Amino acid sequence: MSDFIHSGWGWFVAGTTVLGLVFCLALLIIASRRKVMAQDNTTGHVWDEDLKEMNNPLPRWWMWLFVITVVFAAVYLAFYPGLGSFPGTLKWTSVGQYEAEQAKARDAMQSVYAKYVSMNAEQLGQDPAAMGIGQRLFLNNCAQCHGSDGRGSLGFPSLADNDWLGAGTHDYVKTVIAEGRVGVMPPMAAAVGSSEDVKNVAHYVLSLSGSAHNSVAAQLGKDKFAVCAACHGADGKGNAALGAPNLTDKIWLHGWGEQAIVNMVTQGKNNAMPAQGRLLTPEQVHVLGAYVLNLSQATRIAGN
Amino acid sequence: MPAATAGGGEAPETSVFMYQAHKKIYARAVSGWFAGWRWGLVWATQLLFYGLPWLQWNDRQAILFDLGARRFYIFNLVLYPQDFIYLTGLLIVAAYSLFLFTAVAGRLWCGYACPQTVYTEIFMWVERKLEGDRAARMRLDAAPWGANKLLRKGGKQLVWITIGLWTGFTFVGYFTPIRSLAVAASTLGFGPWEWFWICFYGFATYGNAGWMREQVCKYMCPYARFQSAMFDKDTLIITYDEARGEPRGARGRKADPATAKLGHCVDCGLCVQVCPTGIDIRKGLQYECIGCAACIDVCNDVMDRMQYPQGLIRYDTQNGMAQKLNRSQLLKRALRPRVLVYASVLVLIVAALGTSLALRSPFKVDVVRDRGALARLVDDGWIENVYRLQLMNTTERVQHYRIRASGLEGLRTDIDATVIAVDPAEARWVPVAARVAPETAAAAGRGSHPIDFTVERIVDTPDDTARSVVERSTFVVPR
Repeated sequence: MSDFIHSGWGWFVAGTTVLGLVFCLALLIIASRRKVMAQDNTTGHVWDEDLKEMNNPLPRWWMWLFVITVVFAAVYLAFYPGLGSFPGTLKWTSVGQYEAEQAKARDAMQSVYAKYVSMNAEQLGQDPAAMGIGQRLFLNNCAQCHGSDGRGSLGFPSLADNDWLGAGTHDYVKTVIAEGRVGVMPPMAAAVGSSEDVKNVAHYVLSLSGSAHNSVAAQLGKDKFAVCAACHGADGKGNAALGAPNLTDKIWLHGWGEQAIVNMVTQGKNNAMPAQGRLLTPEQVHVLGAYVLNLSQATRIAGN
Repeated sequence: MPAATAGGGEAPETSVFMYQAHKKIYARAVSGWFAGWRWGLVWATQLLFYGLPWLQWNDRQAILFDLGARRFYIFNLVLYPQDFIYLTGLLIVAAYSLFLFTAVAGRLWCGYACPQTVYTEIFMWVERKLEGDRAARMRLDAAPWGANKLLRKGGKQLVWITIGLWTGFTFVGYFTPIRSLAVAASTLGFGPWEWFWICFYGFATYGNAGWMREQVCKYMCPYARFQSAMFDKDTLIITYDEARGEPRGARGRKADPATAKLGHCVDCGLCVQVCPTGIDIRKGLQYECIGCAACIDVCNDVMDRMQYPQGLIRYDTQNGMAQKLNRSQLLKRALRPRVLVYASVLVLIVAALGTSLALRSPFKVDVVRDRGALARLVDDGWIENVYRLQLMNTTERVQHYRIRASGLEGLRTDIDATVIAVDPAEARWVPVAARVAPETAAAAGRGSHPIDFTVERIVDTPDDTARSVVERSTFVVPR
């Protein structure tokens, strides 16, 4: 057993436990008989001149309760782990119990999710009960990063707009939930050119979405954008297949403005969404995916 | 404790067994004024206990503690775990009542209303019906086993076990709807925990009221010991009037005690025979005395038969005994500062509890700020904060609410126009995004600003009144 660095400790614990039980019984027997010291129902001890200690014996049923606890301990130690490294005849473990309870909970949930598995995202979106479950799953598992309303924050994408970094289908959302997603923007400064060039590109990118920009710088940066176009497209509209975001909208996942864009181009970004597949069952992912998809759709029934 | 309890001087060196065998107490049946009170309280408490779970209210059980769903139904009230303060209030009321009653008249709780006393009374009644009164029971116990003894003892056990199981069943009926429990009982189809609690509570009732009896009071009950600590010399206790009773002795009914040089105690021993804890009240106040007043009832009967005045054993105070106070003097002393303090605290707490329950809001609100991001910049430089509001409906109708935020100029939420429905006795989380314009944010300055969420109940039916709950939170303008 790995709990002990040496198997001797297992024997030490078992021995101490058994000796402790034997000692309890011995104490009970040793304390059972007393010589009467005085004939007036006192122990003969007197303190502070007149304070006598009465002989007030324990009721016998109390003694039997004591014996029963010792017997209980012996039976318990035979069935359950406790005697050092002896696992007990029932082979009970906390991990085993956890897994059994998990399996039981999954079985219980099966009936709840059964009817949802065959429904598509649109049908689920129309079902208030399914969306209620989806919302609770979202609040418990996703809201920590994406916000309670799913609108994200700096570095955590909003799920409530229609700007998907991938296909934006139910299957895509389910895959991202279950397997996670890594978004990579490589550092591109070397390819773009000097720091002045990078700045110009930044102003060009700002101009794509009609944001405030320096039009001269933007004009100068337009040529340099060719390196970016490999992923973001010549028109800057991005490429869902590569996970390259659209630069022509006003959605700025990693911050808005010249400085934010310059930082992104020079340093790149490695943004990861952790996989949730081990925490959620496929049925839960199915319903949760529909809820997430529903957040961005006009048909959403928020607050029904 | 007087030395008279010593068992005479045999050999000087005897050894004793330290685990004392239980001496069975054969309490004699008693009737009278105080026994009547006890039976009245047995009926009152047990009708309540056994009857309440069967009462229906609003198409559900009137009193149901649904531990699984964490909802506690008490007539019109639907309590959430957040309402546990009311349980605290109830326990404080119970504690102060105990202080008050004990300071005034000793162990009234023990003698009349404690479940241990009440169930013992019921179990002893069964015992008496099947085995007879004290003398008959002692004879039966001494007799060899035979058909008669087997039948009487077996019958008693059967009735005891039935009462125990019924008590356990009723107890579980406060936590699982008792009507469905009764249906399950017909096929013995209880769940494992229902089985456990019915048997456990049933066994505890049977064991404590049938077998343990005074042992519970003497060795297990913490109240028993600390109630004695709340006595003072003006507390009414069950006392034997030693000055009037002594010297005790048997005499003919016609004999004049004065000429016989005897007190009024005829030494019949009935007060010891009726005592459920087996003490002799004539030895004075003892910790075993549970204040049941059985000795008063039986002694008054004897006094009547002897044509002496009643009250050789009576409720009196230690001061009353020593100073020979009359009833009105005792009553005046009952209103001493200690009692008045207990009483006024009790009244205050009951009033506070009642007011708080009466003014209780029909819904509760919790505001939780999103932890992931304090604030975010949205379109046109507006600042947005995200919250989760938990709306808890404590009524048994569907309720509709509207949420508004205030505290900053032009503060808006994304659900200003939305009506939120919450099912009966349900709780629901609602995400809320609140935002302010860039000018407001600039004027307010960076950092955290107090705001209020006002949740308003929309009046759907004439039964509802417009109510709103205000919860405080903060709005963060980022640096």
